[in-house]
Amino acid sequence: MADTLQFDLVSPERLLASVEATEVQIPGAEGDMTAMPDHAPLITTLRPGILKVSSASGDSEYVVTGGFAEINAESISVLAEQAVPRDEMTQEDFKAMVDAATDRLAKSQETYVNEPGPVDEAAKLLADMVAMGDEIGLSAN
Amino acid sequence: MPSLKDLKTRIESVKSTRKITKAMQMVAAAKLRRAQEAAEMSRPYTERFNHVMGKLAASVGDSESAPKLLRGTGDDKVHLLVVMTAERGLCGGFNGNIARMARQEAEKLMAEGKTVKVITVGKKGRDAIKRDLADTFIDHVDLTAVRNVGYSDAQAIAQNLLDRFDAGEFDVAKIFYSKFQNVVTQIPTMHQVIPADFAAEEGAEDDSAFYDFEPDEEAILRDLLPRGVATAIFSGLLENGASEQGARMSAMDNATRNAGEMIDKLTIQFNRSRQAVITNELIEIISGAEAL
Repeated sequence: MADTLQFDLVSPERLLASVEATEVQIPGAEGDMTAMPDHAPLITTLRPGILKVSSASGDSEYVVTGGFAEINAESISVLAEQAVPRDEMTQEDFKAMVDAATDRLAKSQETYVNEPGPVDEAAKLLADMVAMGDEIGLSAN
Repeated sequence: MPSLKDLKTRIESVKSTRKITKAMQMVAAAKLRRAQEAAEMSRPYTERFNHVMGKLAASVGDSESAPKLLRGTGDDKVHLLVVMTAERGLCGGFNGNIARMARQEAEKLMAEGKTVKVITVGKKGRDAIKRDLADTFIDHVDLTAVRNVGYSDAQAIAQNLLDRFDAGEFDVAKIFYSKFQNVVTQIPTMHQVIPADFAAEEGAEDDSAFYDFEPDEEAILRDLLPRGVATAIFSGLLENGASEQGARMSAMDNATRNAGEMIDKLTIQFNRSRQAVITNELIEIISGAEAL
């Protein structure tokens, strides 16, 4: 059994990380999960949250929103629409993200008056976003 | 026969033109490198994204419940063409080639009795489309103020498209852009984004059966398909950015060379007429002296 797995974090604009990781904690849409080498093949969508990577050279954390992760026995690819190293996340960036989520909620409430689906999704997105902010010590207001 | 003074001014003006084209070529070369880097940086994302989408699409297949973005509306009456060009000219046939391809496609569709709608990105494309396909033109996305195209710009365009799709304004959407091959070759390309077509992805079917999906395939597809539109547009924009600079670089290189040739020709003409003037003066002096 291999001790490490290839971890890649990709955003549309650049490749953020590509390391041999021992374990990766992923904020999946239906709950956090930790993937280790020889994980069963899985594809999951992401909710806004913190991605934690442990590797031989130390741990690193990234703030990710939107996207998905593809996991198999040897590798994990996380494709996030926005991904920022946690240390570089500023109050302004976070505020912009929360505002975007708030707008989306307002807009979906307007557009889908009788369809709860999209409204709930938008509300969940906002709630996840705020929860993530609490976790890293940034306020949503 | 232009006078000596006229020739001199001509030469000066061509020289300053050459300076400008030379400068533009160098600026384009610098921007090209950056644009190419940006395009390369985005490639891993696009590749993996399409890879996974291919897997998902293969496992959901043609089932009734598949999202509309994948399956289509079941109709193909109204086609939306998204024509992406540059904001500025002076880049050879770059804008013209994309616009021509879009126009041919529009004419072909209209000949088949389909309705065509056009959205343009980039001022040059808008000008060309407004001239030729004025009644199909419905919207324009302005990126004049954007210096470096970011993913959020692509997202905004994608959102525009998705809103229209949800409102039932069209059945099929295609984007037009130029693929960057190298500095001299840019290939105008047409790519269908709605309904999404991942069939071309290699190895899409081989191992899809082993994957677990969380939440289920269809929920993931619902979440990812809109992002797929944005991803396709983003990679189109970046390819376009690199192509534009490449096209401008080679166009300006040609212009600089032409200006050089022109200067040589004019200089020869200038020297000949100067010599003719001197010869004339000499003849006058000699014949004057002989007459004495």
